Formats: sequence, C-alpha cells, structure tokens
Amino acid sequence: MHALLNNPTLHKILYKFEPLLLPLIFALVIVAVLPLIAGYIVLLERKVMAHMQVRLGPMRVGPHGLLQPIADAVKLLIKEDIVPESADRLIFWLAPLLSVTAAMLAMSALAFGPGFQIAELNIGLLFVVGIGAMGIFGIVLGGWASNSHYSLLGAMRSAAQLVSYETAAGMAIVGALLMAGTLSIRGIVQEQADTGIWFIFAAPIGFFIYVVASIAETNRAPFDLPEAESELVAGYMTEFSGFRWALYFLAEYTNMVVVAAIATTLFLGGWLRPFPLTPQLNFLDWLPPVLMLAIAGYCLIRAPKEPVGVQKLFMVAVAGFFLALCVVLLAPLVAPAGSMIAGWKASLHGGFWFLLKVFLYIYLFMWLRFTFPRYRFDQLMRLGWQFLIPVSIVNVAGIAIALALHRALGWYLAPSLILTTVLTLVVAGFLGAAGERKEKSEAIVGEFWGAGRDA
Amino acid sequence: MLDLVVFYFFAALAILSAILVVTARSAVHSAIFLITALLATAGIFLQLRAEFLFIVQIILYVGGIMVLFIFVIMLVNLDVAEHQLRFRRQAWIATLIALVMGAHIAMAIYVGRAGLPLASSAPPSSVLEPNTELVGRALFSSYMLPFEIASVLLLVAMIGAVVMAKRKV
Repeated sequence: MHALLNNPTLHKILYKFEPLLLPLIFALVIVAVLPLIAGYIVLLERKVMAHMQVRLGPMRVGPHGLLQPIADAVKLLIKEDIVPESADRLIFWLAPLLSVTAAMLAMSALAFGPGFQIAELNIGLLFVVGIGAMGIFGIVLGGWASNSHYSLLGAMRSAAQLVSYETAAGMAIVGALLMAGTLSIRGIVQEQADTGIWFIFAAPIGFFIYVVASIAETNRAPFDLPEAESELVAGYMTEFSGFRWALYFLAEYTNMVVVAAIATTLFLGGWLRPFPLTPQLNFLDWLPPVLMLAIAGYCLIRAPKEPVGVQKLFMVAVAGFFLALCVVLLAPLVAPAGSMIAGWKASLHGGFWFLLKVFLYIYLFMWLRFTFPRYRFDQLMRLGWQFLIPVSIVNVAGIAIALALHRALGWYLAPSLILTTVLTLVVAGFLGAAGERKEKSEAIVGEFWGAGRDA
Repeated sequence: MLDLVVFYFFAALAILSAILVVTARSAVHSAIFLITALLATAGIFLQLRAEFLFIVQIILYVGGIMVLFIFVIMLVNLDVAEHQLRFRRQAWIATLIALVMGAHIAMAIYVGRAGLPLASSAPPSSVLEPNTELVGRALFSSYMLPFEIASVLLLVAMIGAVVMAKRKV
C-alpha cells in the first residue's frame, strides 16, 4: 500500500488531473443540488402566490409545506410514463434531455462567487447566453414529436417568442458589456468593483429591457403563451408525463436561475457586497451569519410543534444545516487576519451575496407573474419588435456615445450616462405613445367595420 | 495527443452526421443531424483555440438559423417526402460526378500536403491573446470595407423582406 502511494507514475497522473479536480467537484455539486433548489423555488413560488392571493398554500407535508417538493419529486418519479402512440419515439425521448442539458451546460461558465466556478472562459457570457438558448430545441422538438396540435402550437409560439426577444436581450447585454469591456464573467464583476458602480445604475434601461426579455425567454407569465393553460392545455408539455415532464420542469427552473445569474453578474454586481469599498458599511459583513443563525433558531423553535416524529427530525436537521452555514460564514470574520480561513472570506461571502441577488431576481419574477395578466400573442410580438428592440438599439448607441465622450473627450462619465438614459427614455416615450395611438386607431376602425376584419 | 483525439472525434462526428442529414427519412431528423454537424464543427473550432468562432457558430447557426429551419419544417408538412424513393434516379451520372469530385479533392490534398500539418501542437490557450478582441480589431481595421459591404447587404435583404411582407402601408 505504501509503495503504491509513493509510486511516481501515480503522482504524475494525479498531478496532471489535479487542475480538473475542483471543477469536477463543482460540477457534481451543481448537478446534485440544482434539482433540490428548483424544487424549493417551486415551493416558494406556490407560497408567494398563495400569500399574495390571501391563501395558505401547501401546508400538509412538513411544517408550512417544507417537505412538499420532496413529496412531489417522489410522486413524479413513480408516475406512469406515457408515450403517445403516434409520437416520434426517439425525439420524444431526446427532447427533455436536450432542454436540461443545455440549461445545465450554461451553468458551467457562471461564477457563483470568486471561488466557485467550473470554468473561467474569456467568452464566458457569450457561452452562457448561446448555450442557454439551445434549450429551445428541447421545447420545439418535444412539441413536434408529441404529434398533437396543442403541443405543436405551444412549440411554435415558444420558438417565435425566443427569436423575437433574444435580440432585445442581446442588445441589453451589449450595453452593459460595452462598459465592462470584456466577456469574461470574472472580468465583468471585477470591472464593477473597480469602477465602484453596479451597471444597473449606469444602464437602468438596459436592465429593464433584460428583465422583460428574460421573462419572455423563460416562458413565464405574463409571457407564458407557449404553455397558456387556458388555450393550449400545457403547450409543448401537454403529452409529457412523469419523469420526462419533471425534466422539462427542471430545465425551466434551471433557465430561471441562469438568466437571474446573468442579470446578477452583469447588472447587479455579481458577488460584490453592497458598497464594497465603503469601510463604514463593513458591518454588512455580519449579515450573512446572523441571517443563517436566525433561520436555524426559527427552525429549532418550530421543531417541537410538529405533529409527526419524522417532521421533528427534519426540522432539527434543517436547523443543523443552517447552523453549520452560519459557522462557515462566521469563521472567516472571526479568524485572525492573514490566516488561511480569513482568506476564504471572499469566496464564502461572495457566494452568499450572489445567491441572495439571484433569489431576489427570481422573487421579482414571481411578483410580476402574480401581478400581470397574460399578454395576447400580437401584443407580445408588438412589444418585442416595435418597442423593446428599437429602444435597446438606441440604448446601445447612446451608451457607446457616452463612453466615447468619456474616453476620447474627457467628459465625466456620470453626466454623459444620465444624458443617455434621459434620451433613451424620451425615445421610449415617443415609441410607446405611437404604439398606443396606433392600437387605439385600429380598435376604432375595428369597431366601425365590425370584428373579424382580418379573418 | 489529446488534441488529435478531440479533432478526430469531432471530425468523425461531423462527417457521420452530414451523411445522416441526407439519408434520414424525416425532415426533422435531417435537421437534428444538421445541428449535430454544426456542433461538431464548433468543436473543431474550439480545438483550434478559436473560442470566439466556436460560440458564434453555435449562437448564429445552431441557435438562430436552425431554430428557423425547424420552425419552417414544422409549418410545412413534409410527410410526402417520406414515401418517395429518393435515391438511385441517376445513379451513373451521380457516381461519375462523385468520382471526379473525389479525385479533385484527393489531388488538392496531395499537392498541398506540405502545408497541411494536423493540429498536433496548438499552443495552450493561456499563451494566446483572447481572440474576441483579435477578431474585433481585424474586422474594424484590415477588413473594414468587406465588413461594411456585408452589413449593407444584410440591411438590403432585411428592408426587402419588410417591403415584400408589408402590403398595406
């Protein structure tokens, strides 16, 4: 045994694979934890929806429905797997896998904090956007392979919607990239740390366009026409059941995490703490451990009130988990400066802030979902092509001019960016007014000539 | 060594799926194999350390053009093609042309074989300059005119499409 450990060839092999070890562990963590996170985002969504509608939401399984995602997952796994008789079996099998693979692959270039990243690419952001967009094939092919009208219509809507809104999202991203001057994920966050301003404040209109476009790309309400249940049953997912359906669901929520991570990296300062350069606000560093401690305490208080022994045990386990997180986040703060543990602060706290921002972004998605009614398809297309794309192009041009004024003529950056924002808002106002006027005149004409003029 | 393995893998994948594009019965299957062929080509770009071309290939061809292809295939019912006999109509002429083409390519490779070393020793990407910047600089300095001409061409095509699609003004 000893001789084996000291074997030089073994050492050589280990040395060669050593740089791959950490990324491999990160990849395993992402693949293992992501379904769990997706499940809990679903639970969160149901709870938020319920509370917004003055209901309780899931309450039965576990305290406040905390075990509901696990029960749902078990149910989905043991459900019967139905393949329609006239379906294209190969593609029917392939399509959900494509969706999940693309979404997971896009995660591989994202950085969840300065230390937690599978691969740092110098085309990082393009990679995430490009690979993430490939998930559309899963939706389109799945809808086609089911050989059903509802599925096909849902798939077509999804493709049309993605192609329309990808342009606006891309333009919004370009605006922020102009300021970052690099495509690498770390470079973008570093640039925000150096300039001391999150790009959301430098390009607020770009952020707004990205929010709208990313909702449309992830097929969520108010743009959830591909799966509009009152028109298309469940859209492209109609014929899928059991595990395949669960895969689609997983892909959808993974995509949400991906777009939220892109927005966080590009506009919300990535893993940076709010005001990282202001020493007076350093007490914010204590927020993460205190928050974890509060959650753990709450779970411990709730534990004895649970009716079943298993649930008590589960609550104690959750409390222990958060207590461990608290210790992990606290350690770098209390460790003596310069020690190894204190050096982990950037990674650990960066991860906390990044995930916090990602979840806040997803919460914003939920908020919008329960507030707005669904768009009609022509309204969706009009919004995309006649409003968002022109505004985003004006925005990119404006930012480029502002940066040129700053770099070539030595103007201050802030006033030129504010000027750009105001100008873009004026253009957006004109476009919006023109669109409204057109819609109104069409509505009047429609009333006069009777409905169904286009039919 | 690893480079060669990666290259042959993607090259074989590209050729295999290119063959399957023509032989597949259903149009959607053909489109899927075309996607695989494009992805394999992107893989070869990556093996050559041209990561910008890799991702542009994926975004433009796979994410843009192929989505529209599949969109159109799904709109148009192509079931008829599945029931037709599609090959062996002009077997002799086809063989002849294929042979001549093959001879051409073999000839070209044989003549220029000195300039075609297989990429066995591509430098590691850490040595190279990030090629997003390189591509941008080349496009906006040495190739400014062709770049602008191509842009104008695309603009003309776009305006043409709008004019043709829009009947009432």
